[in-house]
Amino acid sequence: MTPPQRHRRRPASDPPSTPVPSPRHTPGGTGQDEEPKKPERLYTITGPDGDRAQLDLVTLIVARADPPASAPPEEAAVLRLCASPLSVAELSAYLRLPFSAMTVLLTDMLAAGTVHARAPIVRQQLPDRSLLEAVMHGLERL
Amino acid sequence: MKASDTVPGPRAEDQLPHSTQAAAKIVIVGGFGVGKTTMVGSVSEIKPLTTEETMTQAGIGVDDNFGSASKTATTVAMDFGRIRISDEVVLYLFGTPGQERFWFLWNGLFEGALGAVVLVDTRRLEVSFEVMGRLEERGVPFVVAVNTFPDAPRYAIEDLRQALDLTPEIPIIECDARRRASSRDVLMTLMRFLQALMAANGTLT
Ligand SMILES: Nc1nc2c(ncn2[C@@H]2O[C@H](COP(=O)(O)OP(=O)(O)O)[C@@H](O)[C@H]2O)c(=O)[nH]1
Ligand SMILES: [Mg+2]
Repeated sequence: MTPPQRHRRRPASDPPSTPVPSPRHTPGGTGQDEEPKKPERLYTITGPDGDRAQLDLVTLIVARADPPASAPPEEAAVLRLCASPLSVAELSAYLRLPFSAMTVLLTDMLAAGTVHARAPIVRQQLPDRSLLEAVMHGLERL
Repeated sequence: MKASDTVPGPRAEDQLPHSTQAAAKIVIVGGFGVGKTTMVGSVSEIKPLTTEETMTQAGIGVDDNFGSASKTATTVAMDFGRIRISDEVVLYLFGTPGQERFWFLWNGLFEGALGAVVLVDTRRLEVSFEVMGRLEERGVPFVVAVNTFPDAPRYAIEDLRQALDLTPEIPIIECDARRRASSRDVLMTLMRFLQALMAANGTLT
């Protein structure tokens, strides 16, 4: 039996810029001023408008203070859960908030200084192989 | 959203130490039903969690004068797990949703990932073709793991390499995503591949 045949693709010469869609809706707009080239463009994230901090799924969030009595429930929950470092993805899961809504909430909290963010390790910025070696050691212990 | 004190968090033994400086991520991709959720679950040290995103699909070729009338909301879920690497570093594994068009929803899901595991099922190799193409376009390094389903055809690795049109250096390994040791071996293979790439190029971009 012969398996189906695939054809490899080349790296896009114009690598997709971080594919963050504008979360802004254009109420009443025709939506035709920007002709969608990719199916992605037909989708917009549902949620509040506004600038969002560049938070990765695995940016670690750490609380800087105990929740003030006046904190809204979501913020109080974030501050409680982030007594130890926790990723944005985990916060989104525990609070049952969509990732985009989670980043909006965290953007406010970062601006207010109630939480810290620890930036993720990204492929493009690995200084050397030591991180890869550390990961292998960690996996060996699993 | 529930009152704050009813929001569950990680179990005490699952809390990351304060010394944890940064997190890295790996993505597990492949068509529907190839075993992504199974692999995340088998290697994760925490009970896998789910993050969701909701989006609006604009009506296509539909009169949009009445706004929301032609829009439908879709929720996409992605499961993930976690492995503590050291006191400073933690690794996250994301099992991406099968539909590639949803990947952009999560900031940097692929951009920052160290690399990817492409799971394939030899009964339906083609369901993982599109994801491989997307990774190639984005320059994300990947290894291929062949999930061994009992009634699936067995191909020699070199026949698979040819069918998948993969260059000789890309590792192809068999695995059983249900077994932790096997899934761990797949991740080790990815890390060794990334090491080799870095040794050759000095970078992983
Ligand atoms: N025999 C066998 N079954 C598997 C393996 N991995 C996954 N499965 C089964 O295949 C089905 C689909 O797996 P799932 O992880 O949900 O696939 P996903 O859609 O890629 O997340 C489930 O019923 C799994 O129990 C494997 O390595 N071997
Ligand atoms: Mg799944």
